[in-house]
Amino acid sequence: MNNFKLHFTVPGDDFTRAGEASGSVKKTLKDLGFNPEIIRKVVIALYEAEINLVIHAGGGEIDVEISPESISMVLTDQGPGIPDVALAMKEGYSTAPDNVRSLGFGAGMGLPNIKKYTDEMKIDSTVGVGTTMYLKVITS
Amino acid sequence: MTVRELTEKLELNILVEGDIDREVTGGYCGDLLSWVMGRAQGGDCWFTVMGNINAIAVSVLADCACIVLCENATLDDDAKNRAEMQGVCVLSSEENAYTLANKLGETI
Ligand SMILES: Nc1ncnc2c1ncn2[C@@H]1O[C@H](COP(=O)(O)OP(=O)(O)O)[C@@H](O)[C@H]1O
Ligand SMILES: [Mg+2]
Repeated sequence: MNNFKLHFTVPGDDFTRAGEASGSVKKTLKDLGFNPEIIRKVVIALYEAEINLVIHAGGGEIDVEISPESISMVLTDQGPGIPDVALAMKEGYSTAPDNVRSLGFGAGMGLPNIKKYTDEMKIDSTVGVGTTMYLKVITS
Repeated sequence: MTVRELTEKLELNILVEGDIDREVTGGYCGDLLSWVMGRAQGGDCWFTVMGNINAIAVSVLADCACIVLCENATLDDDAKNRAEMQGVCVLSSEENAYTLANKLGETI
């Protein structure tokens, strides 16, 4: 199998479309015959990261590269950046506003979930410039 | 047990049929989407009061067998459309999550 590449543009603040990229990746991985546990890991991590683009960053871009050995995801935004990444990684830490919480988001579990379900996670963030997140799930 | 059988045993209302002949293998209660996303298991019957479009997305991604809206929580119109599109079975009941989960535990 050649490496499979997917690209998505995620609009900011549009909660009705949030999850489209993750849903589409899920379908692709299913069609390619990946094991359900791997699909679950990828999809949970990607959905959380996608939602963060919508809630916190005014949207962004997602690149996914699928190979038999691993699924790599890069999420880039030009949002406000994360001042203290270690703090943001703590379970329960969230700056989400009340209107977002009332939708069921903003539990501060997104980044911890991403950490839990990926094999590699790296965040590059500069305040005022934006954030890039690199994620990888290894299949074997 | 299939979702359809569960519907009869727990006396649930069917809001969207979706994939109603699917097997239910467990249950999960929760309203915080990230929490549910990270912890519900595939095949779970998900008890919640969150009837918005994002709950439908979470159910699809976490691969839940069905959503049960407890205490007659409402299903938004766009959530209903999305559920129909994606084949998500959405049920409802006037009872709370505790009572319903108890009943599920007795039948499963
Ligand atoms: N792409 C991003 N841009 C700016 N801030 C972010 C981004 N992703 C996460 N954050 C910050 O990290 C915090 C924790 O994120 P997360 O664990 O997903 O929790 P939640 O999204 O529920 O707030 C967020 O509240 C926000 O302050
Ligand atoms: Mg989040």
